[in-house]
Amino acid sequence: MALFSKQNKEVFTNPLNIDHPILGQVLGICSALAVTSQLKPAIVMGLAVTVITAFSNVIISIIRNTIPNRIRIVVQLVVVAALVTIVSQILKAFAYDVSVQLSVYVGLIITNCILMGRLEAFAMQNKPWPSFLDGVGNGLGYAMILVIVGAVRELLGRGTLLGFKAIPDACYDLGYVNNGMMTMPAMALILVGCVIWVHRAYFYKEK
Amino acid sequence: MKLNTNSNAYIIGYSAILVVIVAFLLAFVYQALKPMQDANVALDTKKQILNSLNLRGLDGAEAEAKYAEVVKKEAEKDGRKYYMCNIGGENVLVVQLKGMGLWGGISGYIAMHDQKEPKVYGAYFNHESETAGLGAEIKDSQEWQEKFIGKRVYGDNYEVKLSVVKKVEDPATQVDCVTGATLTSNGVDAMLKDCLTDACANAFTLFEDIMKQCAPADTAAVQPKAEEE
Repeated sequence: MALFSKQNKEVFTNPLNIDHPILGQVLGICSALAVTSQLKPAIVMGLAVTVITAFSNVIISIIRNTIPNRIRIVVQLVVVAALVTIVSQILKAFAYDVSVQLSVYVGLIITNCILMGRLEAFAMQNKPWPSFLDGVGNGLGYAMILVIVGAVRELLGRGTLLGFKAIPDACYDLGYVNNGMMTMPAMALILVGCVIWVHRAYFYKEK
Repeated sequence: MKLNTNSNAYIIGYSAILVVIVAFLLAFVYQALKPMQDANVALDTKKQILNSLNLRGLDGAEAEAKYAEVVKKEAEKDGRKYYMCNIGGENVLVVQLKGMGLWGGISGYIAMHDQKEPKVYGAYFNHESETAGLGAEIKDSQEWQEKFIGKRVYGDNYEVKLSVVKKVEDPATQVDCVTGATLTSNGVDAMLKDCLTDACANAFTLFEDIMKQCAPADTAAVQPKAEEE
């Protein structure tokens, strides 16, 4: 089977569009609200989830035929927990500031429904390579929303992007003020709602 | 031969092997990354201390250099750390703070100067799990931390006067609490009372030689407190 056959492409692109984990399946909302007040933690969180979904998918897919059916959720959880712990340790060693900002949410990736959902729905039935693509696709889909919401919140809430000043001083002189509401989790929920609205309005028509 | 993956023996064996493999893997990663993590934590502590001295926003190497330049002496008493610093020829004492917020621990560093009548030179607070946007403002809001600057720390009998209150009646010693975060602010208030009560006396015994130069007059007033302990 070709590495990028039509089927495999769909496995990769579907979660970026119609089967999007947040927009379509509405999974993983909790962490999407918590870590998006600035762009940098949002990007790191998105990458972490992508890496963990991809590799846990691959590992579970490789051992899928040996897993006893009765304890399959336990096995999935152990694999995910091990990967999350490793990622969290790596963040602490190489990106300490970001790991402090993400605080408990790195650990909570373990309970992110996207991971368990993909393991149970996809990796348990499919070969490693499609499972890898599915993991990367879903992770990137999740990361995409985090980055959109994070960028809007940081820009409007703090007037910066990735910590750099994005709104010129001239605007502040004209009476523009940062919107403190944007730094609150509630605004993330409203923004995610808006993104889902736009997404459904434009991409669901043909379906 | 096809294994029966649903037999009890297989399940027990499978989970045992899986757990052992994962345990070894995690132990290895932890051991390999430990030195780097410790270095990061140490650097973060130094940055927090520099923050309390109003030297904010320094990155790794800068912070190390500045710390080495500014902090002259470290000491520990009753599980609390004290740092004797010198900024532009002036002696500044940094006291480590530890207390309880609303949801978890809070901590911080407070810098005091002017031994005759100790005043806050700068302050920095940190928290484990206060609510973002409310209690977390004690860490995130530099503006709030700067409200402490210039406040008197002690009253006439070396009781802690510095406090965080809802309604400021004495602007010389009181700081307005964070709006919407009364309980976290109360935690900060209690932490200040708790950690600063003996700070001056402790500092005297710990940094006697340095302190003598700046406040010979106060020695009598403070010394009895130190003996009580």
